Amino acid sequence: MSRNGLLIDYQYCTGCHSCEVACKNEHKIPRGKWGIKLTEVGPWQMEGDKWEWNYVPVPTSLCDLCEDRVKNGEKPTCVHHCLGQCMEYGPVEELAKKMAEKGKRVVLFAP
Amino acid sequence: MKLHVKNGRLVKVEGDPDHPISQGRLCIRCLTLPEYVHHPQRITSPMKRAPEDRGKDKWQKISWDEAWDIIVPKIKQLKKDHGAESIVVFGGTGRQACLYYYPLGFASIGTPNVCYPLSGWSCYGPRCSITDYILGAGYPEIDFAGTYPDRYDNPNYVLPKWIMEWGKNPLMSNPDGFFGHSLIDLMKRGTELIMIDPRMTWLGTRSKYVCQLRPGTDAALALAFINVIINEDLYDKDFVANWCYGFDELKERVQEYPPEKVADITWVPAEKIREVARFIATNKPGAIQWGLAVDENPNGVQLGHAILTLCAITGNLDVPGGITLGPPAALLGKWRMETRRNLSPELWDKRIGAKEWPALSTAMATTHPDETLDTLETGKPYKLRMGWFNSSNFITPTCSAQPDRWYRALKSLEFNVVQDTFMTPTAMAFADVFLPLPTFAEADGVVVTHFGRNAVFLGAINQALRVGDTKSDIEVCIELGKRLHPDMWPFDSVEDFFTKQLKPELGIDFNDLREQFVYQPKYEYRKFESGKLRSDGEPGFNTVTGQVELTSTLFEAWGEDALPYYQEPPYSPVSTPELFKEYPLVLTTGARKFTSFHSEHRQISTLREIDPDPEMEIHPDTAAKLGIINGDWVMMENMFGKSKARAKLTPIIHPKVVHATHGWWFPEKPGEEPSLFGVWEANINTLVPHKHIGKLGFGCPMKQMICKVYRIEEGI
Repeated sequence: MSRNGLLIDYQYCTGCHSCEVACKNEHKIPRGKWGIKLTEVGPWQMEGDKWEWNYVPVPTSLCDLCEDRVKNGEKPTCVHHCLGQCMEYGPVEELAKKMAEKGKRVVLFAP
Repeated sequence: MKLHVKNGRLVKVEGDPDHPISQGRLCIRCLTLPEYVHHPQRITSPMKRAPEDRGKDKWQKISWDEAWDIIVPKIKQLKKDHGAESIVVFGGTGRQACLYYYPLGFASIGTPNVCYPLSGWSCYGPRCSITDYILGAGYPEIDFAGTYPDRYDNPNYVLPKWIMEWGKNPLMSNPDGFFGHSLIDLMKRGTELIMIDPRMTWLGTRSKYVCQLRPGTDAALALAFINVIINEDLYDKDFVANWCYGFDELKERVQEYPPEKVADITWVPAEKIREVARFIATNKPGAIQWGLAVDENPNGVQLGHAILTLCAITGNLDVPGGITLGPPAALLGKWRMETRRNLSPELWDKRIGAKEWPALSTAMATTHPDETLDTLETGKPYKLRMGWFNSSNFITPTCSAQPDRWYRALKSLEFNVVQDTFMTPTAMAFADVFLPLPTFAEADGVVVTHFGRNAVFLGAINQALRVGDTKSDIEVCIELGKRLHPDMWPFDSVEDFFTKQLKPELGIDFNDLREQFVYQPKYEYRKFESGKLRSDGEPGFNTVTGQVELTSTLFEAWGEDALPYYQEPPYSPVSTPELFKEYPLVLTTGARKFTSFHSEHRQISTLREIDPDPEMEIHPDTAAKLGIINGDWVMMENMFGKSKARAKLTPIIHPKVVHATHGWWFPEKPGEEPSLFGVWEANINTLVPHKHIGKLGFGCPMKQMICKVYRIEEGI
């Protein structure tokens, strides 16, 4: 059976924290712990106006890819609420294909 | 939004995937709504306190009837003894307050003095007034296909080739009629961004061009763009010939702003100025989205005028994928202004600062904010005796300049009513009667983007639950109004009120809107050709000359230059070099975070976990010279005040500039005087002087002050 995962197109992750908070709500996760946690790389200047500055949300071992929601035909809550709509849920093989098509600044998690 | 209520508690908040704009997305302030609604510190019943106990936590719960029995006779007595003008209503921003504090003042209480206490009215009002005078239209919003149910796929829609964000970061800010992350939708479809910002923001790293300018020099940059576009013959000749007034004068004026000279002023390289100007002139359609930085600048009227000029001469007004234009007033936004018919001309003439500042008082129905502080301090032209604070916590560093001065002046009021959701520093300091407000989950309402000035969409707010004994803004307006001016309030219920607002203009009633959730009015482009911008139905713009006024007839009539010009900030390395030796950094304030709305949300622990402390951004090189390391507590200080923050070292800011966040107070600290929830500890607005406003009365230097920074041992 295929595994499911999260594809994150972090060209468009704005660092809004909606995934973190939606996940905490869904799974009743207390302060100090996260089911998905935003990480930040940068900002630093490469040359001229070119900068490296990325946000990437990383699912933790508390993430069950919203099993209950998915059973009800809904999206995982992080994907549903993501303001940048930069997260996708699905079988990893399909996501890997999409990943190859997107090119740069994409990451696939299989938590 | 979908709100799930179980046993009287809001248990879950979910975005609605069918909403054409949000598509189910929600920000973290919405996602933490249950925490806000059921917060143990919420005030959910009316309270009173003896005037001698102001500043003390000596509240007594009362019923609404008791509250009215205190308030109504007091208002009647003040009106009889001192005139209705002795009462002033202060209004805050956001929630639904903006729509209701004008009618609360004009029609429920009957005073001409309604005040938005931000120095130079420097939020949104200037942009609306400038647009009204220059274009004769409502708020100019970028076309993000918001009026189409099928959005970007609609055949009438054209994708903007570029969007220029001028002093705005709509991902985090609160753009009144624009869903911030629509910008990401547009970027994915191929729109290029151009950022005009003193910081290299995250959006900047995804933009085609970034003009990282010296804070407050924006008008010079805009004039240089116009200089290049005109001198290189890149402007839209048809649009200028047919629809613009005063082009020759503009052409002459911008000769004073060649790119090399402006590069020295703004720190933006001359070659980049040329490149950006050529890019926006030769790629159509495109749009400029202007932000708060236009308002919070004493030179802001000229900047706004220049930005609208850029939109006009590049041919991007009221075209698909360009700038959409609405009516100057509509729906509830129109009603709130029209309630002033309750006031006699003699009473209306007493509005504070109206005669002295006609450019402000013609478009805005309020007092002049800075004059209002002067009146509180001097008792001239008459003494103010009662204050009503509607969702306004303005001794915290939100809107008022020198809030410490307002704080001292407000002590002269003999009776105060405060409406809010939590006990705030402002309420603790001044309220004699506290009237609790429901959250938007707890009362019926209508969302109307841009307050009707460009209603991209309307939404119904359906009450999901009600915690405690609160009353919404409109409920308070109606109940108080029926007691004092019943002829102004012929509404049987809140529902009846909303139906009477919607029906005449849209043909739908409140229940229709509730069933539809979202109503998207049909948008029509090129209204300047069809005659739908003017009240007489003639083609053109609804201005004095009937055209876009590149040269303004009204500004000239009010004693201002008819054309845009650049003026240095009141305090800067150039205008005050001696002071700059002592205060050698440019201070800009108020860039937004996802975790708060101005002074709101400081008690929401999920949000405080993300942003626990007031923050200031400083370049690592500057910090190293000052012996400051990341996370240190520092003091920012200048000739007007000082404020603490935690230092965040970041290369996104220029070495000569620092940025400080706003809106900080500490609900976890003692509420009683002198602490007032620690309101004076990180009060960045104490560094911003009162009444440093533009010639027409608009603007203030919140984003372009100077200061020094030093490390301190003790934080907050």
